[in-house]
Amino acid sequence: MSTASNTARANILGRLKAAPGRPGPDLPPWTPPTYADKLARFRQMAEANHAEIHDVTASNWPQRLATLLNNRGLRNLMIAPGTPRGDALVQAAAQGVPLPPLVPYDQSVEALKDALVHQVDAGLTGTRGAIAETGTLILWPTAQEPRLLSLLPPLHIAVLEEDTLHDTLAAAVRDQGWAAAGMPTNALLISGPSKTSDIEQTLAYGVHGPKELIILLVKKGE
Amino acid sequence: MAADGGHHPEHAPRFAERAPDALNNPQLRRNFRRAMDGLMAKRAAQFPDPAYWAELRARGAAVKARALAKLPDLLERLETNLTANGVQVHWAETTEEANAIVLGILQQAGARTVIKGKSMVSEEMHLNAHLERHGITAVESDLGEYIIQLAGETPSHIVMPCIHKNKAEISDLFAEKIPDQPRTDDVDELTAAARRVLRERFANADAGISGVNFAVAETGTLVLIENEGNGRLSTTLPPLHIAVTGIEKVVEFLDDVPPLLALLTRSATGQPITTYVNMISGPRKAGEKDGPTAVHLVLLDAGRSRVYQDVELADTLRCIRCAACMNHCPVYTRVGGHTYNAIYPGPIGKILTPQLQGLDAAGDQPHASTLCNACAEVCPVKIPIPDLLVRLRREAVRPTETPATHLPVVKDGGAERSWKESLVWAGWRLVYTRPLLYRMVTRALAWGGNWVPASAPLMRDWTKARARPRFKPRTLHDLARERGYLNEVPK
Amino acid sequence: MTAATPPTVTAPAKPDTVYFFGTCLVDMLYPEAGLAGMDLLRHAGVRVIFPEGQSCCGQPARNSGYMEEARAVARAQLDAFPGDIPIVVPSGSCAGMMKTHYPHLFEGDPDQPRAIAFAARVHELTAFLVNVLGVTLEDKGAPVTVTWHPSCHSLREMGVVEEPKALLRQLANVTLVENKRERECCGFGGTFAVRQAAVSTAMVSDKLASVRETGAGTLLSGDCGCLMNIGGHAEKVGDGTRCRHIAEFLMERCHGG
Ligand code: SF4
Repeated sequence: MSTASNTARANILGRLKAAPGRPGPDLPPWTPPTYADKLARFRQMAEANHAEIHDVTASNWPQRLATLLNNRGLRNLMIAPGTPRGDALVQAAAQGVPLPPLVPYDQSVEALKDALVHQVDAGLTGTRGAIAETGTLILWPTAQEPRLLSLLPPLHIAVLEEDTLHDTLAAAVRDQGWAAAGMPTNALLISGPSKTSDIEQTLAYGVHGPKELIILLVKKGE
Repeated sequence: MAADGGHHPEHAPRFAERAPDALNNPQLRRNFRRAMDGLMAKRAAQFPDPAYWAELRARGAAVKARALAKLPDLLERLETNLTANGVQVHWAETTEEANAIVLGILQQAGARTVIKGKSMVSEEMHLNAHLERHGITAVESDLGEYIIQLAGETPSHIVMPCIHKNKAEISDLFAEKIPDQPRTDDVDELTAAARRVLRERFANADAGISGVNFAVAETGTLVLIENEGNGRLSTTLPPLHIAVTGIEKVVEFLDDVPPLLALLTRSATGQPITTYVNMISGPRKAGEKDGPTAVHLVLLDAGRSRVYQDVELADTLRCIRCAACMNHCPVYTRVGGHTYNAIYPGPIGKILTPQLQGLDAAGDQPHASTLCNACAEVCPVKIPIPDLLVRLRREAVRPTETPATHLPVVKDGGAERSWKESLVWAGWRLVYTRPLLYRMVTRALAWGGNWVPASAPLMRDWTKARARPRFKPRTLHDLARERGYLNEVPK
Repeated sequence: MTAATPPTVTAPAKPDTVYFFGTCLVDMLYPEAGLAGMDLLRHAGVRVIFPEGQSCCGQPARNSGYMEEARAVARAQLDAFPGDIPIVVPSGSCAGMMKTHYPHLFEGDPDQPRAIAFAARVHELTAFLVNVLGVTLEDKGAPVTVTWHPSCHSLREMGVVEEPKALLRQLANVTLVENKRERECCGFGGTFAVRQAAVSTAMVSDKLASVRETGAGTLLSGDCGCLMNIGGHAEKVGDGTRCRHIAEFLMERCHGG
């Protein structure tokens, strides 16, 4: 911090501290909604957010994905090697599941920039759970599964385990212990594909990020 | 009773002088009416249950009020935790200082081009122009901001900056400014054109600049919300990220975010949540493959700590910039954002601008309101905007002092003082506090009030659009007596 | 927020005596509306006191930022309405001033406790007729179609939403048609109408257009500020819509004026 910034800091904090004290109110009670059928709510809201949901199982999802992508003419699908999801796809492809060519996000963005910005057609990530109230996916990107994987490709495919649904963001933050665990570099809530309504309040998708979001919902016990 | 305004020789045209331009532009009127009607309906649909709305909003207001009560402490905590996370924190008392800090960081990094996410604070700083003067190109990436940057305009709304423009105008603009772009009526095509251009800008940007919606002290986290993904790109793809924000954006706990977020997106655009909620707690860590390698936060005061001195006016700082107040404002709907000639238009602007810029520059703004309370009714953090408008009207004519500094509570307090107006109110007080005198005066008006010439100061403006009010031959005082209503006030 | 928030019925015991605060605008420009308000109360079986000492709630000065003047005039009202008798006001705006702003206006003033007690006694006329007196009306008039204009302060300061409409719906021959934009301000705003004449004109002209769209020939309101504005504009542009205070309308239909 520069000297100027130091002076500014001292002056700003000085003024704030010299101001008359005021009591901070106690927080009034607030009961965020809960849902008897979280999955139904999630589905309804995610679809309202323009996401596409497909029910899959822990074993058949690579095959299902291959079928889903079959007619799309994707040039490639970027994955995160070293993650269970990424590795499962690599394995499936090796076993002959007809997936688009898999591209690993295995170098820094500087090395991959051109491919990421111009050439990758789809990216696949896992999720850290989801929020029923708003149909929202929770992603905590990691060293293996970088941030841009869910952002630059025009199609984002996210794998979501059915039993990781939370009623609300408030519940997820609390139950997953976000504050205590320490926040990651980047935590994301994603609710549908990229969109804008800046032109005459008309919805248009894919303005900067993905035009489409496919959620593979892994049903439990199947 | 209009302020004489004679002591503002150099001032820009005032609100009342600017309004007719917008009012006489039917296309603009239609654009705004349509947009505001849509936004109001969408918001209403998000709060179907008045009891839950009341509960959520009470929580949101209290969260912000509590954060303000601890503001200096929370700012220090925020700084400590951000620094521990590897974010470099800077403080700026003025927008000039903030510009110098941002420029310094960019120059040190050798940055030539910058991609920007939407940030009203950067508008407040006039950051783009500042960078431009120093040879750095700043490109807006929010579609609405991009459009107005192409058009060389300023935002007319704090959430939807190009809401004043319709499709045809945008199509013409793109055709003129984007190479090989044909005119089109198709919003998807227009959007795709912007994507094409901006993708390259993102890829080549040396730095990204963004605002902040909430800064969480507890964890040292910057929360940014958006629908387009441009905010995520601006804060992820370039090697350097600089966030600029006002000091009032800090909240204490991560748990404070969910209620505020729920209020913000529902109030702003009638969405249960935005497409992206982007929580940034540090630069790229060792082993991570993307994200900026350096993250800076510039904390801007620019008058906010002065607003903070007055406990009543400090409610202004609760604002989460949802724009619901402008969406519901019958004045804003008719004149649009540019009439305010300020960064923040609408009701929030009418209370914020005079406090940040002073009553000399913006003392007329608090009067651009009927005090209809539509804003206060929808404000998700319960800012009593009409009461603050009245308070500022007061500060403009009869300023109060901050005890510690003996400065007027609001910059340029007393700027709208006018001896004519004071005299009118002194006379009014004299008459209206003396029952006998009052009855004499009202009887006199009953007898002769209708002879007041139509050219008399107030009558002239009133009768431009309305028939003159008619005094009745007998006052209610007279009629009540005649009809036998008691005047027996029990002791 | 839904427009149809049910009125909060506190149902205090029906008083035998009330004060009537006529408001300065009614006093000089719409005395017949004030008189009708008192007559309605009298017909409902309560004794009405009209204290001679009353003048104005003080709102014009307060809204212009002249707090001391506003407080002085407000204090005169505290003096004019002693005791704990309910104060009924034929204006949501003046009632709102007294109920929601007096306590704050007297902050740090020795009279603040008096102002707070006074504020608690203030009632808007239609809400008082419905919630406290529980009046029943019998319509003796010819069929007519009307629309309602709530003033911003009756809606958003006094919380009077359904009461006036409930009164109108009691009238067999009156058809009440809703204005889709009834919650939007008419553009009066006291000095706003002259300080911001152009914006105010745009607002009142839109308001009148929305009234016209209802097809009702009569506009009723509980606030004479709005009536002076909308009615004045209608008259100026040669629109035939009649703009009347609800009290006058009710008296005329139920008790022959
Ligand atoms: S003042 Fe309230 S309604 Fe207006 S932008 Fe701020 S938070 Fe939203």
